[in-house]
Amino acid sequence: MNTNDKSRREFITAGLLASLAVAGCSTKNNPFEPDAIDSIKPSGKMVKLLSVDGKVIEVDEAFLKPVPNLPAVSNDAARVGISGKKFVMVIDLSRCKSLKKCQSACDHMHHIHPGENWIKVYPMQDSEHTAPYWQPTTCMHCDEPPCVKVCPVDATFKRKDGIVLIDSDRCIGCRFCMAACPYSTRVFNWEDPGLPKEIAEQPYSCETSMPQKKGTVGKCDFCPDMARKGELPHCVSACPNGTFFFGDLLEDSVTNGAETFRFSDLIKDKAGYQLMEDLGTKPSVYYLPPVNRNFPFENNEQKEDKKS
Amino acid sequence: MENSAKQKITEDLLPQKFGKQGKIWVAFLLILCIIGFIAYCRQLSKGLIVTSMRDYVSWGIYISNFVFFVAISLVGSLITAVLRLTNVEWSTPLTRIAEIISVAAITFAAIIIVVDMGRPDRFYNLFIHGRLQSPIIWDVIVITTYFFISILLLYFPLLPDLQILLRFKEKTGNGLNKLYKFLGSFWKNTPAQIKISNKAISILCITIIPIAFAIHTVTSWLFATTYRPGWDSTNFGAYFISGAFLVGAGGVVVAMYVFRKHYKLEKYITEDHFDKMGKVLVMLALLYLYFNINEFLVPAFKMKKSEKEHLIGLFTGEFAVVFWFAITTAMILPILILILKKGRKPFPAFIAGTLVVIGSWVKRYLIVTPTLLHPFLPMQDVPNEYRHYFPSWEEWAIAIGSLAGALLIITLFARIFPIIPIHETITETEEHEKA
Repeated sequence: MNTNDKSRREFITAGLLASLAVAGCSTKNNPFEPDAIDSIKPSGKMVKLLSVDGKVIEVDEAFLKPVPNLPAVSNDAARVGISGKKFVMVIDLSRCKSLKKCQSACDHMHHIHPGENWIKVYPMQDSEHTAPYWQPTTCMHCDEPPCVKVCPVDATFKRKDGIVLIDSDRCIGCRFCMAACPYSTRVFNWEDPGLPKEIAEQPYSCETSMPQKKGTVGKCDFCPDMARKGELPHCVSACPNGTFFFGDLLEDSVTNGAETFRFSDLIKDKAGYQLMEDLGTKPSVYYLPPVNRNFPFENNEQKEDKKS
Repeated sequence: MENSAKQKITEDLLPQKFGKQGKIWVAFLLILCIIGFIAYCRQLSKGLIVTSMRDYVSWGIYISNFVFFVAISLVGSLITAVLRLTNVEWSTPLTRIAEIISVAAITFAAIIIVVDMGRPDRFYNLFIHGRLQSPIIWDVIVITTYFFISILLLYFPLLPDLQILLRFKEKTGNGLNKLYKFLGSFWKNTPAQIKISNKAISILCITIIPIAFAIHTVTSWLFATTYRPGWDSTNFGAYFISGAFLVGAGGVVVAMYVFRKHYKLEKYITEDHFDKMGKVLVMLALLYLYFNINEFLVPAFKMKKSEKEHLIGLFTGEFAVVFWFAITTAMILPILILILKKGRKPFPAFIAGTLVVIGSWVKRYLIVTPTLLHPFLPMQDVPNEYRHYFPSWEEWAIAIGSLAGALLIITLFARIFPIIPIHETITETEEHEKA
């Protein structure tokens, strides 16, 4: 358990360091610019504040300014990725009971068009006499991505850290990537995504995949913005059963927030596999077979279908 | 050859003003185009939501229409280039018909692909961010090349005719005369010019063949380079090309019949032409049938899990009626009609040609859509309407409008220029008389 905790801490620290490094590198719009503070004259009005370590402090009002979010990563940086990382996901099928918390968290955080989903939870049954199971699918972030191969304008691209993203400011909406993806993971903004004004007006970021734009393709992005902050993707932290594990192949560790495993051991011990690996797409998402399940398979959707 | 005979040929083949029928026809096509344009404006403002395409069926009749246009455009290279290079003389009166079908079709192929784009406003990205590894870029390159070669192949043989047309100012009217002057006043029929023109035409005829093969092969690769059941086939290039020659030849037979009847060209487009084109059509239909058997029998023999649902859907499932309709109308019936000598008379040949064109259009739909309804993973977590596809009125309007647009180009061309090459007909008649 100790070692597990340690590696998790390392993972988060590394993520934080990476995000700080990025913050330090960008020069434009830097909120920590020293000159800016020098030019402000004290107003004499003092405000009481609670500091991070719990002490009440007084600060001149003139020095107060809202701390902006970490500066957004430039398009060039977003296309390169987080250096020294190779992100992987492990999905433990024995833990999924199709609560779809992953899906709703993902839909909510990415403001996905209602009705469409980046994460889908499939009721699977491989053949007549085999056992049914739930299979959540994200984008596989393939190492040989068929979608990237066919994109005519480099709007969807593969990063050094293994993540496949979409530049919605460049996508021409030809939908060749949707035809090419064997995992049916890509969705299209057939109409205006109907976002709240403050989100729709943000400049598009490949790392947050927001705001989604009419006439372009969207899909699961592995939440690289969260990774930069050293946090887990929304689906991972939303799952109450700990089905999703996220981590770094180079560090050889994956975590679902509560448990951390050595990735190679986990795959070896539980006979992990990839989806449709015979196609040669080399997915970054690994599945653990649905053995010793935590829940029986109950397909309420099907029952409802039959009733109606 | 006597001057009066020449005069007769020229007068027969001069472009004629639209009669009542012609005007109604043009108005009809224009209305269809306008309705299509209105539908497209709606699509531009609301997005592709106005179509019935959704995440599973992400390509619908726009793409099948595109494939159809690319297919029918191949006929220009068949009639003009292949038959010209193999010294098939009887095809001369058909060259211009074939070439204008090509130009009209390839123009609308390009337009319809822009219509299918989610962001047509970013079309320029293809040029500033284009990546050569994408088959779409290959398609852009070969279609553009084919378009220009086809235009030139239409234009160069037109030059001697323009010179003839310039002599008939009273008949053609002032406006057209200016157009002819603009296009061809530099042509003086000097031996040097003729030599250059003939050489240019030969070069174009040779280059257009690989380009024509390329456009249709690359178009088939838009599908065959994916993993999807029904598309993942090494047969696709040849399958598409054979189908393209078939529909193109069918289109030419239809156009031959219509022009012959409307412009009273019985002397120039003879029954013999229908007989010969009928034989060509039978051969092409058999060839396409052969590739169809390859395309369906081999996977059906194995019935791999991923292919099975798709194939059963076509053979006996939800697409069975459409599938067998396409096979019957595009191949079997035309073969049965045209294999008989009586069937190669103008009217039955026209019927066979029409069947080929209709069946082929439907066939393109079957190539695109059923595959998309059979993804590897089951359709899941989507609204119910995502699981089916039937084109919306906007899609129909745009597809029909584009077909009408192509017909309009052909019609207007035949109004402005002689649809049968005058100069070539005269020289060939002369050569025949000498021989």
